[in-house]
Amino acid sequence: MEKKRFDQLNEELYFEKMDNGLLVYILPKTDFSKTYATFTTKYGSIDDQFIPFGEKDFVKVPDGIAHFLEHKMFEKEDGDVFQRFSEYGASANAFTSFTRTAYLFSSTSHVKENLTTLIDFVQAPYFTKETVEKEKGIIGQEITMYDDNADWRLYFGTIQNMYHNHPVKVDIAGTIESITDITKDHLYQCYNTFYHPSNMLLFVVGSVDPEEIMKQVREDQQGKNYEAQAPIERKFEEEPSHVKREHHELKMDVQVPKCMVGLKATNVELTGLDLLRRELAVNTALDVLFGRTSPHYTRLYDEGLIDDSFSFDFSQEKGYGFALIGGNTREPKKLANTIQTILREEGNASSITNEQLDSVKKKNIGAFLRSLNSPEYIANQFTRYAFNEMDLFNAVPTLETLTIEDISSALADLAQQDHMTSFFILPKDEEAIE
Amino acid sequence: MTIEPKTVKHQGLSIHTIQTKQFKTNLMVIKFRAPLRKEDVTARALLPYVLQSGTQKWPTTATFRTHLDDLYGMNASVDVSKKGESHILSFSVDVANERYLQDNTPLTKEAVDVLAEMLFNPLLEGEGFSSKIVEQEKRSLKQRLETARDDKMRYASQRLIEEMCEGEPFALYPNGEIDEVDSITPKQLYEVYKRMMAEDTIDLYIVGDIEESNVVKECEIKLSFSVREPLPREKATYTQKEEPKKIVEKQSVKQGKLNIGYRTGTVYGDDDYIPLVMMNGILGGFPHSKLFINVREKESLAYYAASRIESHKGLILIMSGVDPGKIDRAQTIIQEQLTAVQQGDISDKEVSQTRAVMKNQMLETLDAARGIVEVLYQGVVAGTNLTIDEWFSKIDETTKKSIVDVAQKVQLDTTYVLTGKEEA
Repeated sequence: MEKKRFDQLNEELYFEKMDNGLLVYILPKTDFSKTYATFTTKYGSIDDQFIPFGEKDFVKVPDGIAHFLEHKMFEKEDGDVFQRFSEYGASANAFTSFTRTAYLFSSTSHVKENLTTLIDFVQAPYFTKETVEKEKGIIGQEITMYDDNADWRLYFGTIQNMYHNHPVKVDIAGTIESITDITKDHLYQCYNTFYHPSNMLLFVVGSVDPEEIMKQVREDQQGKNYEAQAPIERKFEEEPSHVKREHHELKMDVQVPKCMVGLKATNVELTGLDLLRRELAVNTALDVLFGRTSPHYTRLYDEGLIDDSFSFDFSQEKGYGFALIGGNTREPKKLANTIQTILREEGNASSITNEQLDSVKKKNIGAFLRSLNSPEYIANQFTRYAFNEMDLFNAVPTLETLTIEDISSALADLAQQDHMTSFFILPKDEEAIE
Repeated sequence: MTIEPKTVKHQGLSIHTIQTKQFKTNLMVIKFRAPLRKEDVTARALLPYVLQSGTQKWPTTATFRTHLDDLYGMNASVDVSKKGESHILSFSVDVANERYLQDNTPLTKEAVDVLAEMLFNPLLEGEGFSSKIVEQEKRSLKQRLETARDDKMRYASQRLIEEMCEGEPFALYPNGEIDEVDSITPKQLYEVYKRMMAEDTIDLYIVGDIEESNVVKECEIKLSFSVREPLPREKATYTQKEEPKKIVEKQSVKQGKLNIGYRTGTVYGDDDYIPLVMMNGILGGFPHSKLFINVREKESLAYYAASRIESHKGLILIMSGVDPGKIDRAQTIIQEQLTAVQQGDISDKEVSQTRAVMKNQMLETLDAARGIVEVLYQGVVAGTNLTIDEWFSKIDETTKKSIVDVAQKVQLDTTYVLTGKEEA
């Protein structure tokens, strides 16, 4: 077991790679009552073409299968895993993103038992024809719920404007039609390919003794027979660098229109420190340009084009990435044009000053300290960073080395006309506002 | 484990400090509480947003936020909510603890200054607030109220309360009423502000690794409020409906929302409040509850089907999202679950699971600074002070019989359904 100490932060991180390839991280927080653990596979909705474990040829699986599999992991021959977590007072959950599926619990007692439950249920699949069919109704209602959610439609609509082929454009849960085709054999195929310990990471944060936890996991994993697995082969269609369409809109039962501007990332092969620098540079640029201290924000707010729902974010992973800027607005067209003009101008010649950069750096140092109050943030973000060969604890030190040149070149790269798109949610005509 | 705040009463302000090394930032929250009143709910909802948009020292959002960013991203925010029939305005600042920085700017002192500036030095114009700021924030408030209705899950919850508690102050939405926004003038709003500062019941919470006596002294000097009358504590009354009410509304939605409201007659602090919380846990508070197991897992009718308690008003609220064609079926199954609890069809396992997750939930809430503030404030609003240990022993003492007894008090009041339009 290795140990890394962060003196200024007063935190310690313990690490061990198990013989079967599983990465285990433990961050003790002894002042907390709770322990939060995530068990995550590097497998999400975008992994829809791959060579299944033990086979030779690529397959394409139905949309929404990673998420479907996540749901079905909770059901076992002897009932629902939630029941067992409840008996030990734990609250359990799971989520599926584009690139990850995470199973988690938090509890303030019986950590050992709950950790065993977590590891065991994720490492023992049980799918039957009946239980798979039954789940289609539940997930169908989940999909329908998101279909009625205007913010979700705005988010996905913008991504779908940007991407021609990449599966990031497909809704994580799939569609009612695509999940109809899912069988238990699909689930086993995906499970056997992506849930090998060498593709997974366990993070435990909270009131634990790292030695004890590591010992428990080590013995548990030694007791399970995993054969070594060759690296997983995934396949993605060629994706053009320009956006699929410059604009699209959707009418829904809303009173206030919504507007989102999307910027499709270039250089999506970056990993590790390069990716970290890119993410930090773009997020810093957006913060300076559109944050509440910026002249643009003031002007947009004064003109009534934005309200406090206005937000922006940039994230990138291997193969795709995008910035999203927008919110609720009376004048979506005008807002989209203004945002795009600002980005074009800044892309040509960035106006960002050293003073602004320093201010953002200071702000982020405080924000990072704040996020360390949250076991959930630490476990989830650490895992995301690790899967992209980045180190969460290196984010602030890296941010401090960013220069004005880093920011302006990142902006120039991103803010090109054919990388921009806009998407609106508009009120239905009969409910149009005056 | 127990969280015991130190409370100091300084004229019109109660200061509660919670010293802990658990967090890397220090949180200060000041809460203003007044009765929910139709005549000023909208103006009060506007007030915090106006106060954070311009002060004498920081007349614009940009200058204010630049100051905060330079203090290592001090977080300042406002919030409007209700607890029972009280209207609560909150102002929070959260700031890095300087011991984790290579800089010794006294950030906690700066945080008190920020709170004080927001509350005591608003940007004025003649006898009112800055008219530009008031107009902008009126526009934002209207948009906030409209947008809330665009989120169908929230909309359905809100509509249920409106219909169920029609005529009671609790029916008021904490963010106010859209039709009331336009007529608010900067001068009127300033009067509402003066009333808030003079009459509201005010509680300040400070959570973090702080030097208590210094911070308290700082607050006593900079956050000085005159002595005031305590809020009268009356148990809210209501007239029982002769028949349960049912409302069906149609919009262009794919998923139906089925929200059901029950009266329990028990509020936070009552003797049978813990049995009520246990009963809600068995019915629908958790993934081991009857609603989750039967509506979702057995019948595949819904992705979410849950119940919660409105603790200071004594309501149980059930919410679920189901296919428009299956709303009746869902309603039947939900009713069956409540009936089962009322008839004592509760296993020992359900009771022990509920005990375990309730204790866990409480301890987890206390693992976040904001959670600590909310738990303590619950007690202050209700006028009862239970320590965590007392809370836990009450959970352990709760018997199946007391759960059934409180369940039998639960009465259906209103059913609200949002469903799709048959589109041509």
